[in-house]
Amino acid sequence: MTELVIIGGGPAGMSAAISAYENGITDILILERDDSLGGILRQCIHNGFGLHKFKEELTGPEYAYRYEKKVKELGISVKLNTMVLEITKDKRVIATNSDDGIFEIEAKSIILAMGCRERAKGALNIAGTRPAGVYSAGTAQKLVNVKGYMPGKEIVILGSGDIGLIMARRMTLEGAKVKAVCELMPYSSGLARNIEQCLNDFNIPLRLSHTVVELHGKERLTGVTIARVDEKRQPIKETYEFIPCDTLLLSCGLIPENELTKGIGAEISQITNGSVVDQNRETDIEGVFSCGNVLHVHDLVDYVSEEAEIAGKGAADYIKGIDKKTVRIPISTDGKIRYTVPQIITEQKDVTLYFRTSGLYRNVKINVYADGKLALSKKKQRIAPSEMESLKLNKNIFEGVSELRLELEELQ
Amino acid sequence: MYDVAIIGAGVIGGMIARELSFYNLKICILEKENDVAMGATKANSAIVHAGFDAKEGTLKARLNVKGSKMMPEIAKALGVKYINNGSLVVGFNEEDEKTLQGLLERGNSNGVEGLKVLKREEILEIEPNIGKNVTCALFAPTGAIICPYDLAVSAIGNAMDNGTELKCNFGVESIERKNEYYVIKSEKEEICARYVVNAAGLYSDGIAKLAGDDSFNVHPRRGEYVLLDKECGDIISHTIFVTPSKMGKGILVSPTVDGNLLLGPTAVDGEDKSDKSTTSEFFASIFGIAERSVFGIPKNKTITSFCGLRSVGSTGDFIINTPKEGFVNVAGIESPGLSASPAIAEYVRDILKESGLRLEKNENAVMTRKSMHVFREASVEEKNRMIKESPSYGRIVCRCEGVTEGEILDAIRRNPKATDLDGVKRRTRSQMGRCQGGFCSPYIIELLSRELNLPYEQITKFGGESYVATGKTKEIKK
Repeated sequence: MTELVIIGGGPAGMSAAISAYENGITDILILERDDSLGGILRQCIHNGFGLHKFKEELTGPEYAYRYEKKVKELGISVKLNTMVLEITKDKRVIATNSDDGIFEIEAKSIILAMGCRERAKGALNIAGTRPAGVYSAGTAQKLVNVKGYMPGKEIVILGSGDIGLIMARRMTLEGAKVKAVCELMPYSSGLARNIEQCLNDFNIPLRLSHTVVELHGKERLTGVTIARVDEKRQPIKETYEFIPCDTLLLSCGLIPENELTKGIGAEISQITNGSVVDQNRETDIEGVFSCGNVLHVHDLVDYVSEEAEIAGKGAADYIKGIDKKTVRIPISTDGKIRYTVPQIITEQKDVTLYFRTSGLYRNVKINVYADGKLALSKKKQRIAPSEMESLKLNKNIFEGVSELRLELEELQ
Repeated sequence: MYDVAIIGAGVIGGMIARELSFYNLKICILEKENDVAMGATKANSAIVHAGFDAKEGTLKARLNVKGSKMMPEIAKALGVKYINNGSLVVGFNEEDEKTLQGLLERGNSNGVEGLKVLKREEILEIEPNIGKNVTCALFAPTGAIICPYDLAVSAIGNAMDNGTELKCNFGVESIERKNEYYVIKSEKEEICARYVVNAAGLYSDGIAKLAGDDSFNVHPRRGEYVLLDKECGDIISHTIFVTPSKMGKGILVSPTVDGNLLLGPTAVDGEDKSDKSTTSEFFASIFGIAERSVFGIPKNKTITSFCGLRSVGSTGDFIINTPKEGFVNVAGIESPGLSASPAIAEYVRDILKESGLRLEKNENAVMTRKSMHVFREASVEEKNRMIKESPSYGRIVCRCEGVTEGEILDAIRRNPKATDLDGVKRRTRSQMGRCQGGFCSPYIIELLSRELNLPYEQITKFGGESYVATGKTKEIKK
């Protein structure tokens, strides 16, 4: 029996482990599928990580190393090159690696920290040929930053997610020509600072309301046809434009990797594609917690680490038998607010609620209703789907309440 | 000097090679692509048809029924996944029901067993998600599904284990008859063979012409498909066809042997034998069409889409003949070609024998091949034994499909050896899951590079110019 098993040794897994340790749990095992800790940060060699957490600008590997060092100092056990195959409802973790073969660990508590993956090209239904030269932005990032190979020389990027923007700059710095970044929506899904630093600084055109409608080339990509889209996101025939290129990078969204979570039978939100959790990031399976990009996709790693600390403490309390669950208050949203994390409150304590909107809004009020009565209201000048928002809820709000609702009010 | 040269390493060429490899013959397979199974074999409906479609008395009908009866045993011998899931041809009105009745009668006279026309209530009992307006269906209990490229790779692997040679990137440019044999030339190489089997799929008319036979033509009929996530694989258990029209069997909805859901194909006659592009019209219409047959297919679970090209011959039937001494055409093998392939192999063997090829059993030949799914399907104890022996089986490379490094190394090392990313994909299912190779392909390229002793940037997706990387970083010159 291991007290706490953490699935994933990226920023979420490491931060959760350290937090659990600091809250009194020492029997911890991190299972990591790659050959070292750090997760996706290992290939994120650009800077800008840790501004909130450390008040410093770190690169991805530097940020990860701070945590890795701490994990080692604390003597937390790690199994690398280890893939978890299945987690059962009674918290047995079945995993495999070359040294141990297929093995099973019984855990008192489990923290899910498997991260997310990119939406693949197949899911985009792009017409045309199927040549080499089409990559997700993260795959290209790995090729360039870790393996040291260029995926191509003339690039078009579909999707203005942060990885796509970062790769636009990266490929440019490596001598490739980035011809355009196309974004289906009328706004970018990436951080404002990345638009500035990765596109504008290099004169890379961002084509909003544009998509790739066809791939060309039989063996290697020879070009793409792009088009403007109408309000219903349908391509407009008259605007078809051929751009010669040998590479198309896709940055079209991230999807939490919840195959294991589904296996345990934990409830998955249709909106976040992650578990439904309470304020401690505990799923509806007792003792199973979830944090980081496997729970919902974050824009900054600092928030991932912070969320993982909450899950680490939650797991530690669970293992120690501390149970403060006194209420059960689900939080609903109005659609303009797409989702909140947590989605349910089970404990009467101060809670920071994280949320995202479904569109770009200016001059709005975020209203929190407790059993239909306005309990809290906060003004916002600008609110965008790409930037996660938060709201502090005082524990008094939960007093005698059976449900909460978050609504976005557009002010005139 | 070879006894037999087979042109084309698809499922037809492969099954013929396997059949001939049981005899004391020197055989080679000539393939213009970088890997086997690169034509219609890798992109079709993956169905073993019961055999009620083809007109009575045709080669199609005869070889389909015989082939589909042979298939379970061959699939077992080669370790290829085959599931006898049964099929339903659904109808929406009385006219369809009449057509189905006609198909039933045709099936009966073709020798298909167990056919039955079902009423809606009976269909619902075996297939609860059947389309809302389906009124009747022809049920064929012998219908089955199989993985076509698995079958081709395994058949060719089996033949190679028996001594057959495979020459990839051998695009035939000329075929010349010398006294008692043929000289077949590619751009770089030439070989001699006493007998030639033309199993070149879409290009078989061109190959026949090189040998002086211009009696037929083959044109491509495009078929687009979408493949959905494994989450959708259990919406139905049978293969669901619609009542057929002139252009083919219509859009089908079928589970695959790997648990995905396959929708397609369209049927559009074309001219360009290399045009495998998908169209936006297809994406716009496919779900609406499939919804008529099966209720509740999710629209946002697409994993990939592709286009296959059927080899439609100008005679309407399979074209299997001997236009020249020692030269056998196996052309126009459109549906039900996959189903018929085991029977076609025997049929071609007999034609060769009649043409004077001496068939003498090879006592050392094996008829089986270790399955490509051995590790995947083993028990935990068995897996652990294998991991102990070869630790690379303990390391998962493709997380979506759970494929280990050991399985990928097997694919690169075993006959027929995978030498590109798609070759590894077809043999192992790596890169076939939800992330479509996003996570694992950089490492698989590394394994290919190491095993083949080639620089990383020379590894391709599927041969030719399909390079995955264009060079090292810091190397681009202005």
